[in-house]
Amino acid sequence: MTAQTLYDKLWSSHVVHEEADGTVLLYIDRHLVHEVTSPQAFEGLKLANRPLWRVDSVVSTADHNTPTDHWDEGIKDPISRQQVETLDANIKAFGALAYFPFKDKGQGIVHVMGPEQGATLPGMTVVCGDSHTSTHGAFGALAHGIGTSEVEHVMATQTLVAKKSKNMLVRVDGKLPVGITGKDVALAIIGKIGTAGGTGYAIEFGGEAIRELSMEGRMSLCNMAIEAGARSGLVAVDQKTIDYVKGRPFAPKAEQWDAAVAYWNTLHTDEGAHFDAVVVLDAAEIQPQVTWGTSPEMVTDINGRVPDPAQEADPVKKGSIERALAYMGLQANTPINEIPVDIVFIGSCTNSRIEDLREAAAVAKGRSKAANVKQVLVVPGSGLVKAQAEQEGLDKVFVAAGFEWREPGCSMCLAMNADRLQPGERCASTSNRNFEGRQGQGGRTHLVSPAMAAAAAVAGHFVDIRTL
Amino acid sequence: MKAFTTLNGLVCPLDRANVDTDAIIPKQFLKSIKRSGFGPNLFDEWRYLDHGEPGMDNSQRPLNPDFVLNFPRYAGAQVLLARENFGCGSSREHAPWALEDQGFRVIIAPSFADIFFNNCFKNGLLPIVQPAEVVDQLFRECEANEGYRLNVDLAAQTITTPCGKVFAFDVTEHRKHCLLGGLDEIGLTLKHEAEIKAFESKHRAAQPWLFA
Repeated sequence: MTAQTLYDKLWSSHVVHEEADGTVLLYIDRHLVHEVTSPQAFEGLKLANRPLWRVDSVVSTADHNTPTDHWDEGIKDPISRQQVETLDANIKAFGALAYFPFKDKGQGIVHVMGPEQGATLPGMTVVCGDSHTSTHGAFGALAHGIGTSEVEHVMATQTLVAKKSKNMLVRVDGKLPVGITGKDVALAIIGKIGTAGGTGYAIEFGGEAIRELSMEGRMSLCNMAIEAGARSGLVAVDQKTIDYVKGRPFAPKAEQWDAAVAYWNTLHTDEGAHFDAVVVLDAAEIQPQVTWGTSPEMVTDINGRVPDPAQEADPVKKGSIERALAYMGLQANTPINEIPVDIVFIGSCTNSRIEDLREAAAVAKGRSKAANVKQVLVVPGSGLVKAQAEQEGLDKVFVAAGFEWREPGCSMCLAMNADRLQPGERCASTSNRNFEGRQGQGGRTHLVSPAMAAAAAVAGHFVDIRTL
Repeated sequence: MKAFTTLNGLVCPLDRANVDTDAIIPKQFLKSIKRSGFGPNLFDEWRYLDHGEPGMDNSQRPLNPDFVLNFPRYAGAQVLLARENFGCGSSREHAPWALEDQGFRVIIAPSFADIFFNNCFKNGLLPIVQPAEVVDQLFRECEANEGYRLNVDLAAQTITTPCGKVFAFDVTEHRKHCLLGGLDEIGLTLKHEAEIKAFESKHRAAQPWLFA
């Protein structure tokens, strides 16, 4: 048999039917469902009188619209509340393997909840009506975001109409310097290949630096594969993957565990397999990353400067830089570490797991929010992350530093709930998108790692965590 | 789904790269549980001078006169001319819903984000990839000629300019077939019900832990 990439293996093991033009029906093992992209799909099923093909493939939670404070008051915004209540009603009517509704202790951001419940397993195909579904590729699962029509299609048929992507390997050689996280690696890769660099590809992340990353770090990295244009990111299964999955609520039980592990241990790229594109980075050169513009590819490191559009020859790129600097309220050539921040957001499906909170707390410990920083929000990714953090006393560290300790949810990553920037406010954010208006109309987002966000909160401006 | 066969449509040029789905339809409009009515909020933050929220009477809101969609010469445009990586960002299908609801049926760009590209085909919208130099030429012709229209023929896979220049484009057979017929993809897939069930049994036997 010819040598296969991990992506080739995951793809070919799920093909149900193939047409002459290469379009396939791909079998879907896990369907994660949240309130924003599902109501129209459930409505479609109702209109056509179709049931869910496989109820036990669906795992659901409410995350995008849920408030992060005053849970006793419920969801104040009536249209947000209606969307969450619509999900409650749809799950009740159609069924699911598991549902973690608003205020449930298992509720959380869908991409935090799935892995922590063991609902994401190696070798699975995982879909969700959310582009950051690429996160689950950290487990050697083929995972990607889909639109609402596809959500309905998967609900009704357990398959997706799909075309195979090309294979890209992004290899990060050597060891990461101290303080450099999966988030910095992700941003450095996007800075190198651009936000469309991975379009049409499934990206496998490999190399020593990736193998050294924790599962949380791998999730942050795969989460942002979509920001490089790739629908899915992948990391090969190793002992860390298996150790993470073991004992979780939906992980294989005792009698099936050994067989599952034996299969999972085959989930890596074979020696000599072909990649259509290979990108190599040197881990030692990666420094703490900070975005300066309105696209994740508009990124530099903490010791860099805001670029000068006058130095850009390409007229489309030059126009993009000029527009970004005007929107961000930044002058060309400003040193990144002199940019002050108004708000800090630590959370999102990229960086709200326990390790992220530990890293932020390590910086916050014994320090205080700078006087010019108006608000620091710390939003755990799920109720379970929140409980774990409180058990470790991280909440007390944050509160002592003047940070706000909130309830779980997507929060200010996309500002569908009440957590949002006001026009002109500048935010150091651990989320994944710095698009115009993403965190609130007129808001200015700089993407960073959790430690860098906490450092900006205590310094009042971006600062190299290695100099704190 | 609305079928797409041929279109002779007015062209609107949106000269920005990396137009993301947050720009196409901002998040506050994603709270709707319906599939329609997103057109007036297409490009909301660029199109209006005030902050838009669901439930507002959009006809009373102040328009941004500098935004291309508001230029009288582009009123009623059905073809959107765009730059690299159009539709990047989130998987929200509200983006193609908003474009379609506004009246667009074709988007031409040098490249599209994968999820957005795929979502278009589910909604009777035809995204067409053309080389950057062709897109440049179309931008120039469109901006120089008021009332500039393009003829798009899906069966023939061609775009024809007013002076008769023809550009071919690629589309997979499956997508072309569904779009030409306006077909219900779920209905088509369910014709393979027996195959799906057979696959499922085999899959269950090999990896029983996937079936709780």
